[in-house]
Amino acid sequence: MRQALSKNENMTELAIDTENLTKEYPYGFLHLKKKASLEGLNMQVETGEVFGFIGPNGAGKSTTIKLLLRLIFPTAGSARILGKPIGDIDMHRDIGYLPEQPYFYDYLTAEELLDYLARFHDLTAADRKARIQRMLKKVGLETAKKIQLRKYSKGMLQRVGLAQAILHDPKVVILDEPMSGLDPVGRREVRDIILELKRDGKTVLFSTHILSDAEMLCDRVGVIVGGKLRGVGAPEQIVDMKSQGMEILFELPGQSTTPLLSKATRTGDRYRLQVPEEEIYGAIDQLRAAGARILSVVEMKATLEEYFMNLVEADRAQAAAVEVSGK
Amino acid sequence: MKRIAVVALNTFREAVRDRVLYNLVFFALVMMAASILAGQISIGIEQTVIVTLGLSAISVIGLLISVFIGVGLVSKEMDKRTLYALLAKPVRRWEFLLGKFGGLVLTLAVNTAAMGMGLFLALLYAKQTLERGDATVFVAVYFIWLKLALVVALALLFSCFTTPLLAILFTAGLYVVGLYVQELRDLPKGVMSPGMAAFTKWLSYLLPNFENFNVMALAAHGRQVPGAFIVQNTLYAVVYCTLVLTTAVAVFSKRNLK
Ligand SMILES: Nc1ncnc2c1ncn2[C@@H]1O[C@H](COP(=O)(O)OP(=O)(O)OP(=O)(O)O)[C@@H](O)[C@H]1O
Ligand SMILES: [Mg+2]
Repeated sequence: MRQALSKNENMTELAIDTENLTKEYPYGFLHLKKKASLEGLNMQVETGEVFGFIGPNGAGKSTTIKLLLRLIFPTAGSARILGKPIGDIDMHRDIGYLPEQPYFYDYLTAEELLDYLARFHDLTAADRKARIQRMLKKVGLETAKKIQLRKYSKGMLQRVGLAQAILHDPKVVILDEPMSGLDPVGRREVRDIILELKRDGKTVLFSTHILSDAEMLCDRVGVIVGGKLRGVGAPEQIVDMKSQGMEILFELPGQSTTPLLSKATRTGDRYRLQVPEEEIYGAIDQLRAAGARILSVVEMKATLEEYFMNLVEADRAQAAAVEVSGK
Repeated sequence: MKRIAVVALNTFREAVRDRVLYNLVFFALVMMAASILAGQISIGIEQTVIVTLGLSAISVIGLLISVFIGVGLVSKEMDKRTLYALLAKPVRRWEFLLGKFGGLVLTLAVNTAAMGMGLFLALLYAKQTLERGDATVFVAVYFIWLKLALVVALALLFSCFTTPLLAILFTAGLYVVGLYVQELRDLPKGVMSPGMAAFTKWLSYLLPNFENFNVMALAAHGRQVPGAFIVQNTLYAVVYCTLVLTTAVAVFSKRNLK
């Protein structure tokens, strides 16, 4: 009894919890063959965290998200959101969703679309109107709100999509590639919105290809490749934190030279030199002796990008191996 | 219920913005032509000409709208992925489906009512008098509307499990077949094997009977339609639509979006 209780408590702490979530698509002659888009996903997103879902094209990110929202149905496995099974549609009042490459009724204006979608939530008319205006302002569409969506650009549609996703103050916000199609200003604004959601204690799950965004915003990321979850953790945790050495950026005036130059790479007037950590002071001394002006010294860390690339490379190699052995 | 109404009203708005109601202009032209024609031919048959032409036009225009927009109701939303954001709201798939159905049936109601009114005015203008039997025109228009609701339900059902083009073909095909259900029932049983006879009997009850909704001959001659027949047709349409829509909901609720 006691155990059951504490288990229950744990469950409510999870915003999203998937168990062996699997989606197969039939293909080929008479749909006899099956291809798994998602294989046995076990993923937990805690309440209040920003969780980044990263993976190459076709990895299964959108598949996972669509499964969570009941747009498609799993071949096997189950999932819970806020402790409730995803089949319970009432729970959608606490969820906000931005579809991938969103497209909306093109005969409506942004304002009308938001009004239409907001009507499915239990808001009073006054509250609804106020929220719509606030959202339009937040996503920067105040001046375009009376224009039919058929005349909207890709990035503008993305903004409308974001507005409808957060309009009803949901506890869990699921965004499928929120940054795609946005200009640098727009991306910055979306980043701010995500951070604001986090400050308000919301849970955010978003998929992206832009690793720097994930690194910057996420408490944790999940890397998915080929339908399988390959790693979960804080961005700085899942990549190898060991320092990879130091990099010195310097300028060398006039004719002066130093043996180190042969190891440096030159861009314009500047040189970039990578040395192991234990040799850093020796290198600096040599450069000073040669009269170099040292511009910066930074520690080189493995980035999320390298980690990501390694996983993808490994997956490709494996796929190639399977193909060869299959022949 | 509220959510169904929200979807329905948006569907109606879409139809209006897509200029579906422009067909009324076309209908007005047909009615004018009919009035002129009626004036040219000998007296006494103005009513037949105007009513027959008018009701046929209402039926054909309504059928075109029902089949083409009916098939697109759900399939277009799946195709363009406008459905994604919507289904992420606290709305069930059956509510969405019924809302779409209701929206188009509402559009058709406004449409056929306007055309029926136009027809009635044209009739009044041609005859210059009014008899009780002239109200049959409204019953005929009501029956056409019931028939169209049934066609929309069928179009919706087919569009839930096949491509839009095939759904259009199936709906149109079933409509044509449904005009001859009575003939199927009346086939001489003697020439058939017992199995075949049983099969045609079942088939004739399974298929929608569209000819039942046709009271053009009565309306053309200003004769009244019995009240019991109105009740019977209404019930038939309600029951048949319910069955078709229930099947559509069952199919659509399991469907994976793209
Ligand atoms: N309706 C479908 N029928 C068959 N296969 C599908 C279907 N939808 C998705 N897939 C397959 O599932 C795999 C995962 O697709 P998914 O859309 O989840 O990828 P993703 O990670 O979102 O990629 P991207 O970064 O390009 O958006 C892909 O290989 C895709 O071909
Ligand atoms: Mg995707």
